[in-house]
Amino acid sequence: MATEAVLQAHATHDVHGDHHHEHHHHETFITKYVFSQDHKMIAKQFLITGMVWAVLGGLMSVLFRFQLGYPDATYPWLEDLLGKWAEGGRITPAAYYALVTTHGTVLVFFVLTAGLSGTFANFLIPLQIGARDMASPFMNMLSYWFFLAASIVMLSSLFVETGPFSGGWTAYPPLSALGDASPGSKTGMDLWLISMALFVVSSLLGGLNYIATVLNMRTKGMSMTRMPLTIWALFFTAILGVLSFPVLFSGFILLIFDRNFGTSFYLSDIYLAGVEKALPNEGGSAILYQHLFWFLGHPEVYIILLPAMGMVSEILSVNSRKPIFGYMAMIGSLFAIAILAFLVWAHHMFVTGLNPFLGSIFVLLTLLIAVPSAIKVFNWLTTLWRGNIRFTPAMLFAIGFVSLFISGGLTGIWLGNSALDIHLHDTYFVIAHFHIVMGVASMFGMFAGIYHWYPKMYGRYLNNTMGYIHFWATLAGAYLIFWPMHYEGLAGMPRRYYDYSIWESFKQFAELNRFISTVAMIVFAVQLLFLFNFFYSIWKGRKVREQNPYNATTLEWTTPINPGHGNWVGEIPEVHRWAYDYGKDGKEFISQTTPIGADESSHH
Amino acid sequence: MASTTTATTKWWSGGKSPFNVEYGKLMMWYFLMSDAFTFGAFLIAYGTTRFSTNGWPDPNEVFKSFPFAPEGVHAPLVFVSIMTFILIISSVTMVLAVHAGHNMDRKGVVRNLILTIIGGAAFLGCQAWEWTHLYHEGAWWGSNPFLNHDGSVAISTNFTNFFFTITGFHGFHVLSGVVINIIMLIMTLNGVFDRRGHYLMIEKAGLYWHFVDLVWVFVFTCFYLI
Repeated sequence: MATEAVLQAHATHDVHGDHHHEHHHHETFITKYVFSQDHKMIAKQFLITGMVWAVLGGLMSVLFRFQLGYPDATYPWLEDLLGKWAEGGRITPAAYYALVTTHGTVLVFFVLTAGLSGTFANFLIPLQIGARDMASPFMNMLSYWFFLAASIVMLSSLFVETGPFSGGWTAYPPLSALGDASPGSKTGMDLWLISMALFVVSSLLGGLNYIATVLNMRTKGMSMTRMPLTIWALFFTAILGVLSFPVLFSGFILLIFDRNFGTSFYLSDIYLAGVEKALPNEGGSAILYQHLFWFLGHPEVYIILLPAMGMVSEILSVNSRKPIFGYMAMIGSLFAIAILAFLVWAHHMFVTGLNPFLGSIFVLLTLLIAVPSAIKVFNWLTTLWRGNIRFTPAMLFAIGFVSLFISGGLTGIWLGNSALDIHLHDTYFVIAHFHIVMGVASMFGMFAGIYHWYPKMYGRYLNNTMGYIHFWATLAGAYLIFWPMHYEGLAGMPRRYYDYSIWESFKQFAELNRFISTVAMIVFAVQLLFLFNFFYSIWKGRKVREQNPYNATTLEWTTPINPGHGNWVGEIPEVHRWAYDYGKDGKEFISQTTPIGADESSHH
Repeated sequence: MASTTTATTKWWSGGKSPFNVEYGKLMMWYFLMSDAFTFGAFLIAYGTTRFSTNGWPDPNEVFKSFPFAPEGVHAPLVFVSIMTFILIISSVTMVLAVHAGHNMDRKGVVRNLILTIIGGAAFLGCQAWEWTHLYHEGAWWGSNPFLNHDGSVAISTNFTNFFFTITGFHGFHVLSGVVINIIMLIMTLNGVFDRRGHYLMIEKAGLYWHFVDLVWVFVFTCFYLI
């Protein structure tokens, strides 16, 4: 067949590519650091852009925690910092909602989607499957530049006169559809939509590349069931993104028409009190937007979580010096989560006017997620069980991830019930749940990944002492911030309010809110320690002197300490076994590139 | 392939593409899946909105005109049937172009690509005429002049809102397809694919073109037939 001949032509071309590679290093600053097509550099670009957003988004949360912790205090320096957004030294309601909205948007999309899977899918997929680069390095570069463009547009929305969008990160209409509804619904919302559309393009370009690379570019011997679990997780993440973001995109297009061209997709029977105007729109439904949004929104949770799960599985196994427990069950549960991710979106909408009978089906499907989640948790715990554990900072963050995933996941069982949701929806209980299980847990996964693969990224180590301080302060801080919110939520304290001190029922939480705000500031300050560690170590960190510092089995540790574009000098190694041969036949570890010995026991 | 073939070829064991396709084609398939979800979301949104609205215009009344025909002619769905026929024929010529590419037949590729481009452009022309005609009748985003099936005045404008948004989005896809095909034509004429030794790019453009055609079948059904 013609295509077979073509593919073979490609293969021979690749062999020439190896040879070709070694004397082709005329890189300029621009091609190496700016318009780079090397997956490792693109990964670092994603990481550092994501870190910038994490700092900005985190700072926003500190600012609105100021308002929540000290609702009647005024700070002149706040006015110096924020100008009219903190008139008289107190954050205005408009600024408060803008901060909450932007915090949510950038943390979910820019930090935990682009910053997390953008970084680690780019960095780890070629290195761990044995490929010289992504299937299309050019599209990969475009993916980053679309993300950067999205970032710049979103950042610019902070500076427009009417402020950034302030109707919540979910951008429900009518607040998002009507410019007259609030100041943030004007230019800020237009910029929000442009930024998110650019982001969808970035995510699509990246996702297609990750899928094609994992399927097509595995090195010889790297069958799908020999891949490290990181790659499985990133593969499912990419599929989730490719299939769910387009639905959000459709929802946005309809929203753009509602905003600008007089349509009524989401609008019906509206009277705008602010401008004393009854609108002509008839026949639309705001719930339609919610369906389209959450059809992305729920898979998005797993887009954020799965990469963290994959990296944690890998790091737990390497640092327990034991094979991952239940490798096939891990893949199966990732698959089950990826499927269920598409079938549970309406549990975000139990009280929006959904048919209760429909709700009960979504309760069932939602609670089913507990099964694969429990499989994963037990497999992580049994991987640790009687392991020869090395408590590196990466390992601590990985264990911290498991802890947070359990604590946050258990409250998911409460929230997945539509009857309980009548009481719990839109309270601090929800905030506590999703921050612990998805936000902080995935952040821990990301930290674990950074600490673990930093030596591969920069050829130097991070400082361990700073790493330990960072871990313990962040873990304690995360629980101290979000655990008390469960009690506030159970007491009925609604989320997204500007000032709780005027309600008799919530006055009892004034002290607690101040405590949470204080801890939030401390935890934010500790992240600055991590930032210092990160940037200091790029130039001054202890140098990596061994090719395989962790005695790990996977392919990234068979590359040179500072791999060039193309990753391996000479031939790409062939793979002979799965990624988890630790402590087998009395050997400490056996690299994936070691052929199966004649008298080796038969497990894998 | 012979060297790796023992009893059966191990497609999934690494070192080769499990589907025996190069990455671009794989990406195209996944992109089309993604795009199918975009259109799926649009059409489901349309369906739910229509289902929950009392009264909807009759497509036989809305789409009954024909270009250059006398005023008041009653030719329901005739024009759109011609449009659909043109688009489907352009898919046939695209298949022939891909087939010619398999045989490294440059002239055949050029001839059939030109026919496909003409078909795509003709479809877009028809759509432009239809949109202009509806616009002159007072239909546009946010404005629906058509009476409901039962003769009552439509309260919601969502019939025209969805019609223009979804057919517009599809038309934009056709336009992109025509541009892609023109680029393919130029590359073929310059002998790029002959030098490469394969016409895989034409195949990928063909996948996209057939997909756009397939989507039209659903759009056509939803807006003109139901």
